[in-house]
Amino acid sequence: MARYRARRVVAGMAAALLITAVAACGNDDDAAGGGGTQAPAVDDGATLTLWTRAATESVSKAYAEKYNATHKNQVQVTAYPNEEYPAKLASAAGAKSLPDLFASDVVFAPQYASQGLWVDVTDRFGALDVKDKVAPAHVKAGTWEGKVYAVPHTIDMSVMLYNKDLYAKAGLDPEKPPTTLKEFAEHARTIDKLGGDINGTYFGGNCGGCVEFTFWPSVWAAGGGVLDAEGNNAKIDSKEMADVFAIYRSLYDEGVAAPASKDEAGPTWLGALQNGKVGIAPGPSVWLGLIEEKGVKMGVAPIPGPDGGESTFVGGDAIGIGATSTKAAQAWDFLAWTMSDEAQIEVVAKNKGVPTRTDLASNKYSSTDPRVVLINSLMAKGQTPYARNFNASFNDPQSPWLQTVRGALFGDAASALSGGNTAITKSLQQS
Amino acid sequence: MTTVISPRREQPAEEASRRTVRRPRRRQTRRAWLGIAYASPTAVMVALFFLVPLVLVGWMSLHKWPLLAPPTFNAPDNFADIGDNELVRSATWFTVKYTVVITVLLFAVSLGLALLVQHRRPGVGFFRTAFFLPMAVGFASASLLFLGLLSDEIGPISDLLRAVGLVDGYVSWTSGSANSALGSAVVLVLWRFAGFNMLILLTGLQAIPPEIYEAARVDGASRWQTFRRITLPLLRPTIALVLTLMVTGSLLAFDQFWILTRGGPDNSTTSLVMVIYREAFIRLDLGSAAGISVVLLGVLIVFNVIQLGVLRRRSS
Repeated sequence: MARYRARRVVAGMAAALLITAVAACGNDDDAAGGGGTQAPAVDDGATLTLWTRAATESVSKAYAEKYNATHKNQVQVTAYPNEEYPAKLASAAGAKSLPDLFASDVVFAPQYASQGLWVDVTDRFGALDVKDKVAPAHVKAGTWEGKVYAVPHTIDMSVMLYNKDLYAKAGLDPEKPPTTLKEFAEHARTIDKLGGDINGTYFGGNCGGCVEFTFWPSVWAAGGGVLDAEGNNAKIDSKEMADVFAIYRSLYDEGVAAPASKDEAGPTWLGALQNGKVGIAPGPSVWLGLIEEKGVKMGVAPIPGPDGGESTFVGGDAIGIGATSTKAAQAWDFLAWTMSDEAQIEVVAKNKGVPTRTDLASNKYSSTDPRVVLINSLMAKGQTPYARNFNASFNDPQSPWLQTVRGALFGDAASALSGGNTAITKSLQQS
Repeated sequence: MTTVISPRREQPAEEASRRTVRRPRRRQTRRAWLGIAYASPTAVMVALFFLVPLVLVGWMSLHKWPLLAPPTFNAPDNFADIGDNELVRSATWFTVKYTVVITVLLFAVSLGLALLVQHRRPGVGFFRTAFFLPMAVGFASASLLFLGLLSDEIGPISDLLRAVGLVDGYVSWTSGSANSALGSAVVLVLWRFAGFNMLILLTGLQAIPPEIYEAARVDGASRWQTFRRITLPLLRPTIALVLTLMVTGSLLAFDQFWILTRGGPDNSTTSLVMVIYREAFIRLDLGSAAGISVVLLGVLIVFNVIQLGVLRRRSS
């Protein structure tokens, strides 16, 4: 008898659990559905949660501060360490508890869009007056199967950063940065001859993301490609790619690149440039201010191809409305505002950032620093690669791209690119 | 220990059941409810945090399971794909290699420490505490600590070795070469876990009756003979337990490589659990991650069954 009762209790509890679980799922579906109705922007005093990665934190917080001061809605920004951020997002999505808004590295946007982690904002975006002036490469990255899921949040481009004091010390003209990658190598060699703990150059040789951000512009500048338009096939076994790798490889072999370049996985990259002992290195444009903070006088130049030309990797973050948010209309109010003249000039441009609007490239703040004008002007010449499986294929430490990079720079260069091309294509096509 | 407990454990249960037959039904029901009440907190915890996730992982491994969209049945694709995954192959090989290396070294160090601090002597308490203390540091924190200590930029180890003249120029312990990366993780695990395993082995050592050692001494046994013929055989159940913990822990290695080496250089220290992590959180393919987890679980069960079999045989 007791056993039967116990069984009934257990069965009852299981049923209750199931009902709760089903009800919970139902609620989430409603929430996601609520986001899909594409209601206009609403400013009714809602509290909105916004997640971002540490690299973008300062910009997100500046946006939120300005928005909160002039709106009833209040945006609360939470930042997570860069490397852990994708995992944090994935677990939040799996638990159906995404924040109201979340930003992501722009190259990961196609993956999140394809997984439906953001609310479809096609109609809302289409209704904006400025829609044609919003960084097209970023909008494309946030588009999946013709629908827009994310808009640009911050823009970060790769440029050559060079130490003007070391240039002068080595007898080079600090106002004449290199115009070809070969000239860059020569400048690095000249500076390296200063000796001591001075190094000609530095790069992230154990970091897939760092290498694609800084090496690919040289490939693009030389007319080469990296991926096909759909992001299904790699095109890295090209002569252009081989030439670029060969230049950096020789710099490492000759000891011109700091020995730590081989092991640089990203975290100490900025620190290496901040200590003022590196002559010239490609890096993120947003580091200009961070390096100068340490008292290092820096010059900026476009990243050239081996024999000339110039290009840049238009990186940064895209942002969308979390698919499980119940405050999509309020969240859109914030997103639409971030693309306004006010936000782009008074928040982004004022802090020496690159506006996400092409028509605001030259503005009242940019004209005070010719380097900022140069950076802003590069956007039109740059590219943002598009692939659904970008993270797994290129940025992850276990990605086939990082293996390719290691081979091309420190191992068997001849076979690395062709073998890597096959492995990356396989990874890109994995469903 | 188990030799004493296991045969006796059934007796009270038998007696209890005999007694309950004679008892009136109401009391019997009350007793049953009481039993359920006592067991239910643990049962709920086990069900909620072990059985439900276990069943869910099994169920997920049969599906293509996106983060938000509804799952679709695709068995046995998730299992078939494991064979094609080059990274799984290299990670399996590395995980097995790491398990062998760490089990041998960790066991040797732990047993060595346990033998050193086995007897009560002045100051022995200090050494026992010192050996056990690293266990008080969280494993992730310990990994970060080592990452800092071994770093050429901010850590003192490289500077120290350079000052003594053992190394020259720039060294990268955690990502310079496959061997140094594995070596740094091994040193970390030894530092962190040797004390804990020493403690388990110490309890085993102290459970050996001193009379046996005395008898051996009277018989004129040498130290080595005493160790081989008395200590080792009587320590076997404890050794089996320690080895099971070490093997299981090593096959599930994640933190040390995730934090210290990020699986590098060139995927040389990528463990199986890191591949599961990559499938779930980078590729966002929860079904595939569940598939690999289920296979790994199967392997662990086989290991544990063998291990427990040995343990039981020695006990009986």
